[in-house]
Amino acid sequence: MKISNLVYRLLATSVATAALFAAPAAAADKPIRIGLVSFLSGPAAGPFGVPARIAAEAIVESLNAGTAPAPYNAIGFSGVPIELVIIDEAGGATKQVAEFRNLVERQQVDFVIGYISSGDCLAIPPVAEELKKLTVLFDCGTPRVFEEGTYKYVFRTRPHATMDAVAGARYLLDTRPDLASYAGINQNYAWGQDSWNDWTAVMSVLRPKAEIVTSQMPKFGAGQYGAEISALMQSRPDVIHSSLWGGDLEAFMLQSTPRGLFRRSGLLLIAGEPNLHRLVGNIPDGTIVGARGPHGVFAPKSALNDWLRSIYRARTGLDPNYPAYSAAQAFLGLKAAYEKARLDKVRNATPMGAAEGVKEGMEEAYKMPSTDEVIAAFEYLTFDGPSGKVMMKLGKGHQAVQGTAYGTTRTVGGQIKIENIKYYPVEQVQPPEGMSSIDWIKGGLKPGKW
Amino acid sequence: MTQLVAVLIDGLIYSSWLFIMAIGLTLIYGVMKILNIAHGSLFALGAYTAASLAGYWFEQGYPAMGSYAVMLVSAVLVGIIAGPLLERGLLRFMYGRDEIVLVLVTYATFLILEDFIKLVWGVDPYFLYQPYGLLGSFDIADLTYPNYNLLLLAIAVAIGAVLAWALTRTRQGKILIAVIHDREMAASQGVNVSRVYFVTFTLGAMLGALGGALTAPMISVQPGIGAETIVLAFAVVVIGGLGSLPGAALAALLVGIVRAATVHFRPELDLFSIYFVMAAVLIVRPKGLFSTQEARKI
Repeated sequence: MKISNLVYRLLATSVATAALFAAPAAAADKPIRIGLVSFLSGPAAGPFGVPARIAAEAIVESLNAGTAPAPYNAIGFSGVPIELVIIDEAGGATKQVAEFRNLVERQQVDFVIGYISSGDCLAIPPVAEELKKLTVLFDCGTPRVFEEGTYKYVFRTRPHATMDAVAGARYLLDTRPDLASYAGINQNYAWGQDSWNDWTAVMSVLRPKAEIVTSQMPKFGAGQYGAEISALMQSRPDVIHSSLWGGDLEAFMLQSTPRGLFRRSGLLLIAGEPNLHRLVGNIPDGTIVGARGPHGVFAPKSALNDWLRSIYRARTGLDPNYPAYSAAQAFLGLKAAYEKARLDKVRNATPMGAAEGVKEGMEEAYKMPSTDEVIAAFEYLTFDGPSGKVMMKLGKGHQAVQGTAYGTTRTVGGQIKIENIKYYPVEQVQPPEGMSSIDWIKGGLKPGKW
Repeated sequence: MTQLVAVLIDGLIYSSWLFIMAIGLTLIYGVMKILNIAHGSLFALGAYTAASLAGYWFEQGYPAMGSYAVMLVSAVLVGIIAGPLLERGLLRFMYGRDEIVLVLVTYATFLILEDFIKLVWGVDPYFLYQPYGLLGSFDIADLTYPNYNLLLLAIAVAIGAVLAWALTRTRQGKILIAVIHDREMAASQGVNVSRVYFVTFTLGAMLGALGGALTAPMISVQPGIGAETIVLAFAVVVIGGLGSLPGAALAALLVGIVRAATVHFRPELDLFSIYFVMAAVLIVRPKGLFSTQEARKI
């Protein structure tokens, strides 16, 4: 006797539903282990690493309790609880490669989510490929990861840093159409140099006549900026571009504000959003800030955004900053891919239109998806994040894209508000697939097809 | 012309800060022949203690000017607690060993203290920005400088002058010089070398902490500030000649002016400016500007 296709489809759907929303008894004993790598010490811990870790812990707790909003309201991943193994990212790329091997080979994690430093994000992917471990880069910015390499096991769920300069320059010229000169103060290492190079390249396209009056390159962790501030004051640029972050940014602001630097020049902070709440009284009104994606104060209202804000506030009393949103996107992206893989598996495993093999098909359907199946589901996935839709559309489906936003600061009642927010869609701030960021910028920033 | 004036002023301010950072390190090396890597941690402890105590001072609404006294007290507290603990509890067991062993011991102490700081204060940065702007500012060469910078300059000059006077004009200073010159001979003449070491290390620790306390209003006090500082202080001490007080002063001045000039005229070379000075000096004088010839002992 044959069972009709309709009955099988109904059966498949109910199996899929069961697979997604109920913890299978056999698998429930063994949680899914995720290695989380984030800065827990050193200068990047305070503004980036610790907020990301706090967000990750809050998210995992909520996912395991099944209290996240739809479509993430299944417990853990497809009903299987998640267990975190947390590693400090401090110590440099060589140490992180060893830590990654340790996570995979000794700690036996199922997935790795991590890396804030671009140096680490360039060092880890070849090792992830070698060890065949699905790894989600969650916060680092360098576009080189997928513009210079092709990886099967590596994904990045946050847009890369090209949009920082492109959207920042667009916003600056939208709000200061008379801009005639600019200067820079950026740390003298890869991040600061890349940020300044991107900025000057974009400005040379969008405002070729604007004059560069000085480019200050203090060393990372310099702490003392007296001479740099003098040089910036004497060169009197219309605006100062800066990718300073963390303690360096705070020291620069503490030293430059009393000297009146910002009475002469405007300020654009590429990576200032995580520090905003700490700079009350030490940041001038009108400072332009972004968050590489519509994160933090730029995030539109949604159930997911409200959820992230509430679980983060419950732990810290503060609103989540952009590294917290990055962490959320990584976990939700991986969960979406995992559960899609599970669903696909159920659909594929159930024999359609055949009486034989039903039991085997059902058993296969209940198995957890393999890494290859999760990868297949992750590629070109579009999923909801707390700051809106995230599309895995670059790097052959491994690199996320989103639009982004910039705004200006205003201190109101002892709190820094962001106003005059402008949103820029993906095609205006990200290069299309197959084109490197620098070629796209030099080619005139032509919008790609998405 | 205004740029040259700016270079001079920026250079002097940076030099005075560098000198305050380096003076404790050079004093301890000069007397005890210990290259104290833990000096960076004493700097950090001074900064954290000042940020905590003066932060509390401001929270309570006490007179703002009193915060300078609180910063000074913070440095003294760190000096008289951490100095004796390290010297009596650890370093005195290492005297007479090779200098490199002492470097390793103080480096290990530095790592332990860095973690101790994270345990006590966490990884979130602390702010103590109020004292930086409290004293007003002055205008020169089309630029504005907080008067706090003048305070740094005055403190650097005062520390240098008091130490120079104490070393050359007081009995205790002459005893110190005797110990520097020949520890065994000084001991045979009745000098309590152990006590001299104890006092010197405590004073050096206090100066390290004072550097941190004075820097706190200009920076974000966070993990890792000690490591950055010890590298700079070490460079200054090496350029000046290990253990030389006038050497440290001249080296700080040289580094400060060269760095300021680099920032103003060739900012892309700023990263190398200190090491350029260091290399240039060591090529000509391998033991630093004010190194002394050591008699060979048989």
